Amino acid sequence: MIVETGHYALVLALALALVNAVIPIWGARRHDPQLMAVAPSVAVMTFVLIAYAFFALTYAHVVSDFSVANVVENSHSAKPLIYKISGVWGNHEGSMLLWVLILAIFGAAVALFSRNMPDELRANVLAMQSWIGAAFLLFILLTSNPFARLAQPPAEGQDLNPLLQDPGLAIHPPLLYLGYVGLSITFSFAAAALISGRIDAAWARYVRPWTLIAWIFLTLGIAMGSYWAYYTLGWGGFWFWDPVENASLMPWLAATALLHCAAVMEKREALRVWTIFLAILAFSLSLIGTFLVRSGVLTSVHAFASDPQRGVFILVILTGFIGGSLALFAFRAGELKQGGIFAPVSREGALVLNNLLLTAACATVFVGTLYPLALEALTGEKISVGAPFFNATFVPLFLPLFFAMPIGQMLAWKRGDLLGAAQRLMVALGCGVVAALIFAAWHGAPWASYCLAGLSVYVIVGSFTDLAGRVFADNASHAWHRATGLPRSAWGTAFAHAGLAVTLLGLAATGWGVDRVLTVRAGETIALGPYEVSVLGLVPEQGPNYSALSAPSIIRKGGVAVAKIVPESRFYPSRRMSRAEAGIATLGFGQVYMSIGGASPDGAIDARLYWKPLVSLIWLGALIMGFGGLLSLSDRRLRIGVARRARVAPVPPGAQPAE
Amino acid sequence: MMMRKRFLFAVLAIGAMQPLPAFAVRPDEMLQDPALEARARALSGELRCMVCQNESIDESDAPLAHDLRVLVREHLQAGESEAAIRQYLVARYGDFILLKPPFKAETFLLWLTPLLVLVLGGIGIALAAKRRSQAQAVPALNAEEQARLADLLKK
Repeated sequence: MIVETGHYALVLALALALVNAVIPIWGARRHDPQLMAVAPSVAVMTFVLIAYAFFALTYAHVVSDFSVANVVENSHSAKPLIYKISGVWGNHEGSMLLWVLILAIFGAAVALFSRNMPDELRANVLAMQSWIGAAFLLFILLTSNPFARLAQPPAEGQDLNPLLQDPGLAIHPPLLYLGYVGLSITFSFAAAALISGRIDAAWARYVRPWTLIAWIFLTLGIAMGSYWAYYTLGWGGFWFWDPVENASLMPWLAATALLHCAAVMEKREALRVWTIFLAILAFSLSLIGTFLVRSGVLTSVHAFASDPQRGVFILVILTGFIGGSLALFAFRAGELKQGGIFAPVSREGALVLNNLLLTAACATVFVGTLYPLALEALTGEKISVGAPFFNATFVPLFLPLFFAMPIGQMLAWKRGDLLGAAQRLMVALGCGVVAALIFAAWHGAPWASYCLAGLSVYVIVGSFTDLAGRVFADNASHAWHRATGLPRSAWGTAFAHAGLAVTLLGLAATGWGVDRVLTVRAGETIALGPYEVSVLGLVPEQGPNYSALSAPSIIRKGGVAVAKIVPESRFYPSRRMSRAEAGIATLGFGQVYMSIGGASPDGAIDARLYWKPLVSLIWLGALIMGFGGLLSLSDRRLRIGVARRARVAPVPPGAQPAE
Repeated sequence: MMMRKRFLFAVLAIGAMQPLPAFAVRPDEMLQDPALEARARALSGELRCMVCQNESIDESDAPLAHDLRVLVREHLQAGESEAAIRQYLVARYGDFILLKPPFKAETFLLWLTPLLVLVLGGIGIALAAKRRSQAQAVPALNAEEQARLADLLKK
């Protein structure tokens, strides 16, 4: 019964979304406050209904209701509770439901937290949001109904894919979706601005917190996915330039570019057309990512053609929204006035360079991901575009970006002093060079690795150079007071930039790691970089829904035990799949990583052992970036809904330090 | 393992599920000579496992990948260069086996995209900046206006 009410709630939500897609726009056109006032309450109601539907599906999974097809296909009565819950979104139908749920959360959040916004803007934004919601609700109801019942329910379910039975799955997709779908708000703001034809600095301020929220979640979601792959797949890789990963990287690149150019628009009212375009682009890339992942087109062009229903539906949604918004953009862009002028060497100039490089990087990922599909569809010729291609094209675009990051932070708005900035960065540059030399002397790694390490140290120091100069300007005893007095967004920028550089340091350090593939036996000791790993024995284990072979091992450094790891090779009988559960010990910022394969009859096992120095920095860097985003989000001037107050009482020019 | 990476983002939990053998490169395949083995690993990383999703033969567990790894090592032991082995494999399997596609008529757009975006973007930015500064440049005062200005200043 609960399942049916969940289905019904989805249908109602679709009806409400359709209402909200039309009435507020109409109200905004006629300047009718009563019609516009419909939008917020309907948005909240839509959210409540979708949340109920989501609850209903979760309930079916938790109680193992095997009369529901979705539960049968993805659950098992012996599965631990956490995976019964996370299994709700570990499949196509459930994850689409999560997608619309998050869309509705954002819609409701705009309705509740943007009371200070002009009514017309809010009505238009919520209407746009409802159009997206309606399209995807229709998609779920017509092609991917999670509530479908089975006429003859089986006694037991087919279980969730073992790779997905992991705490990482509980967190990763919701985070990533919060980012993906969060960009829909930015898109709706852009579309609303184009509909009303009014775009100014206040608009940029309204959008900014939403873009930041989406960007933070996207950053954390991508990092989480990468760490999950790292410890689940059993061979220590963390980024594969896989199309599914690229699908999340593209919106991240676009959102990063958008954050930066929106800063120009907010401060100087310049780059309006480009800001709007990026806002459309970022969400379009999210939609394209959803299409790539959901349609099956990645597996093969032919697989897509043989079962095209879902793919074609998403493709129609995609073309509708991207085409529609771009048409609107083309129609209106000419009316947008250009803002203030600036010299090439200035904060604005640096941000334009940032946007150029990020856009080129995004285009590279886009073409690299779609080119093989397009080529095969058009000519039938098959090519592969993998990691070596992206290393050769994407990396050269990102390196100048790293180099320019601290310089950009040093430049003043309108007209900057490049020589002065370079002089002030001498300390940072010196730190970078010294760090590179130390790493080189210490490890003798390939030169590219320690050059990258030096570059990241330069960026980390450089990110804080400007702020440090201001904090310790004269009297050191006032440092804390001055530090807290500086705008939070300036600190946010510094932390986000430094975080990216910390990630780069982690990546650079992979160059001097140790990788061993070998056969081991109980009692054997293996030298691994600075450590020795002793395998204590091979122990059969029994989990709730799997059987496993584990190889508890002790890690020693100079004879002293520092950690114990228990890599496992698991077998899940319900899916007839096995999976390696790596044993990982974090030592300092580095990790010892060990995974084992099956045992041979004579008691030996295949094992992979890695010493990965500084590897945890890759993900810690993402956390630091997210923290920077949060700091920026908490900036007093930029909180949600502050824009109007700020406009009423403008801060005198020069009172705020530029950041 | 054909579908392995598909699961990275959970979102693709549908599709062909296969039993998962746990390993990529196996100890018994590896060469005694560490220098030659390092070359074999590097080269394997550039070659696609033809039955997999975007996985190199170095990372893949598929039987085909195993055969190709052994093949690459045999050729290296016979003293062949990387280029010769690549050429041999392309002759047998086509460009599909190279994870880094060759630069040719069908792929020049792929390779040149980063450069094109940079150059066209740069030109676009330069033009926009020029137009902006022209549009906002203040025209010089003509004689009549200068006279009025002088007049105003006198008052």
